Amino acid sequence: MFLASAKKLRSFGIIGMNQRNFGLIARYNPRRLYPLVDDKLKTKLLAQQAGITVPELLGTVQYQHDVRLLKEILDPHAQFVIKPVKGSGGKGILVITEHEHNLYFKPSGDALQLRDIERHVSNILSGLHSLGGKPDMVMIESLIQLDPVFADYSYQGIPDLRIIVFRGYPIMAMLRLTTHASDGKANLHQGAVGVGIDMGSGSALHAVQYGEPVLFHPDTRKTFSELVIPHWDKLLQLAAACYEMTGLGYLGADIVLDRDHGPMIIELNARPGLSIQVANAAGLAPRVTIIESIQEIDPDPQSRAAFSKQQFAIDSVNEPPRELRTRRDDRAM
Amino acid sequence: MHTNLRLYFIVILLLGMGIGLILYKHFALGFPLSPDDKKPVWTIEAKIDFVARGDPIIVSFALPPKTSDIAIVEEDFASPDYGFSELVSPTGRRAQWSKRTVSGPQTAYYRLSMYETDPAAATDTADLPSEPEKPEFDEVLKTAATTLLDQVRSRSANTETFTRELITTLNSNAPSQNQSLLLNEHSNEEYKTHLIINLLALEGISARIVRGLYLKDGRRRQTLTNFVEVYIGGQWLLFNQNSGEIGKPKNFLIWQRGDQSLLDVVGGKNSQISFSIIKNVHSTRNLVVRDSMNKQAGIIDFSIYSLPIEQQNAFKMILLLPIGALIVVIMRLLIGIRTSGTFMPILIALALIQTTLLTGILIFLTVVGTGLLIRSYLSRLNLLFVARISAVIIVVIAIIASISIISNKLGLDQALTVTFFPMIILSWTIERMSVLWEEDGPREVFIQGGGSLLTAVIAYLFMTNRTIEYLTFNFPELMLVNLALILILGQYTGYRLSELYRFHALERRNVSSKR
Repeated sequence: MFLASAKKLRSFGIIGMNQRNFGLIARYNPRRLYPLVDDKLKTKLLAQQAGITVPELLGTVQYQHDVRLLKEILDPHAQFVIKPVKGSGGKGILVITEHEHNLYFKPSGDALQLRDIERHVSNILSGLHSLGGKPDMVMIESLIQLDPVFADYSYQGIPDLRIIVFRGYPIMAMLRLTTHASDGKANLHQGAVGVGIDMGSGSALHAVQYGEPVLFHPDTRKTFSELVIPHWDKLLQLAAACYEMTGLGYLGADIVLDRDHGPMIIELNARPGLSIQVANAAGLAPRVTIIESIQEIDPDPQSRAAFSKQQFAIDSVNEPPRELRTRRDDRAM
Repeated sequence: MHTNLRLYFIVILLLGMGIGLILYKHFALGFPLSPDDKKPVWTIEAKIDFVARGDPIIVSFALPPKTSDIAIVEEDFASPDYGFSELVSPTGRRAQWSKRTVSGPQTAYYRLSMYETDPAAATDTADLPSEPEKPEFDEVLKTAATTLLDQVRSRSANTETFTRELITTLNSNAPSQNQSLLLNEHSNEEYKTHLIINLLALEGISARIVRGLYLKDGRRRQTLTNFVEVYIGGQWLLFNQNSGEIGKPKNFLIWQRGDQSLLDVVGGKNSQISFSIIKNVHSTRNLVVRDSMNKQAGIIDFSIYSLPIEQQNAFKMILLLPIGALIVVIMRLLIGIRTSGTFMPILIALALIQTTLLTGILIFLTVVGTGLLIRSYLSRLNLLFVARISAVIIVVIAIIASISIISNKLGLDQALTVTFFPMIILSWTIERMSVLWEEDGPREVFIQGGGSLLTAVIAYLFMTNRTIEYLTFNFPELMLVNLALILILGQYTGYRLSELYRFHALERRNVSSKR
């Protein structure tokens, strides 16, 4: 069987693309708030104002003629990340882990020259990676240091944690592990491993690569059963706080663990994807329903995180698979 | 009002308007729903011959009435150096040719092209005619007539059966003495018609003579056939005077009603008239459009048909775009196919229409393939983005030019249509696919490229379907129906087909964990 029955998927509470766009994004994310998350510089500023740790900003490039200044910006740093400010889906991100003489090395060991980096930067400025091809800006950030907890679970890259936050409540989490196949990127469709995380404890539940279940990391051969994410409560609170920061009702918070600085928000997403359901082998709809039934949103991110932790823990039994209400249903009420 | 209710209200309104207009055009104006619907158009030529005596000439000729069951496509009057006018009176239309002095054999022509419309629309209510005048027969004939009428009356129940019985009796093979006497030796058609009308008048029934023409393809030297029309129950009923059959026969054109002469020639002699008939088959749609334009039906007068032909042709294409948009909506929202650029497939489909399917796909693959190769070289040249895409545009144009020239030299005419591909769009496609290749690998390129091409081909198949092409152009109100469909699809929150595949592993795991 290559196709699942729609009826079964619905009974598991799996949310499809159309429903996500219609029932979640269009309903809970006002368009005017998009620039806050689509522009990574703005997000960074917001996070800093809210007291949330973010990777250090080493410099920005806004105009084509400033590309010449790149060498000055990069010179003092051995490691850095170049990102398009308005990029999406991890596009256009260049990671440099080593800088020796005039050569810059990618995590894979490929060497780049300064002019390769300059070309990359000018491509970003022309809008190659931005939404709708609009002119863009380049930001250069400090490189995140791999937390030893993940040392055995990643290959040439930094794993990141995606937490879906709905109306301020974290409802589902997934750890994305880089692999050889994904070229050190944490993108599931490029071959990164997605690990579903138990909301109650931060331990791994299921793992998938290319949509198929896997039991151990394909490169390091380490089984996922022992994987537990540290600072779990802190991470949930961090994610919950993104709601106050942006006002978006349905968002995906991408968090990394830095060896030296602890949890950091690297990106927020107003249109988080649906593969998190595959990694968790669970649908979003029942959890969305529970949160939708809450009349008053708790103004304290910590108590929201606590509520989610208790409510969505894997051993909590009171989770009947229910269908997501759409706009249509509550109009009828 | 809730957004949802409002949406359904709009959808129903659009559907109602769209379908209503289609039905109106189909049933009231006669627009056929199929492009192959054809109608015979009869061209009838009446040739009037006479010999002029050198005096002033007036030729007066009865013309067929413009009734609702026929539509006249064209009428022509021809005769050299004659004055001409068309006279309309309560008794019918007449053509009048006139000339001061002429002598020798003369000919006048009248040509009519017409087709029969929906016969259901041909119920003309008639005014009550005046009481018929009692005809005068001489004594012997009168006795015979009364006897005959008595017989017929006893065998009939009402006016209709009476008339039919009278006609069959007069036409019987074994005539009684009375009939032979009445019919006389000069039993030509004209005499018979008047006899029937007179006998009916004697009975107090109003009747009149009807002259008409049987329409048969390729006939020449035809004459008009006489029928009898009888006033029964507020309506005129047509009777075949030889068989007593009721109703207008198929392919029969009523030329003249009443006792006026068919042809009067003042100042000439030996006048003769003969008809020849030719049948042509025309597309019903063309006939209806012309007829409606003539009648100035508002909905047609303010439509695409009123535009110059060139613009009409442009609209033929433009009106197909909504179909393409609908296909894209279905493919993306219901099937979940990924395409590179939302509406790029429609543009490819438009190009395919010009190039034909197979040639178009080959050209598309060649141009994009070659473009990708050259683009991968350009990326090594370290160019700024806008300059690079401009370079790609020029490369695409160069590729297209070389395809045209090479195929022309090889005698492959079809490949010359390559110029119909939108070059800027092709360049963008190449640029995006090449970036996609670098970032997400060739797999994604094939998924999106294949998705675009598949969508384009399906859109092409729909857009080139003869019936769809015909319907979109002749029933532009279909756009409203299309719009309503797209509005409804915009509300679809179920799974896409591709998601059933995407989540299929999930189903398996849920099943196994339950066991």
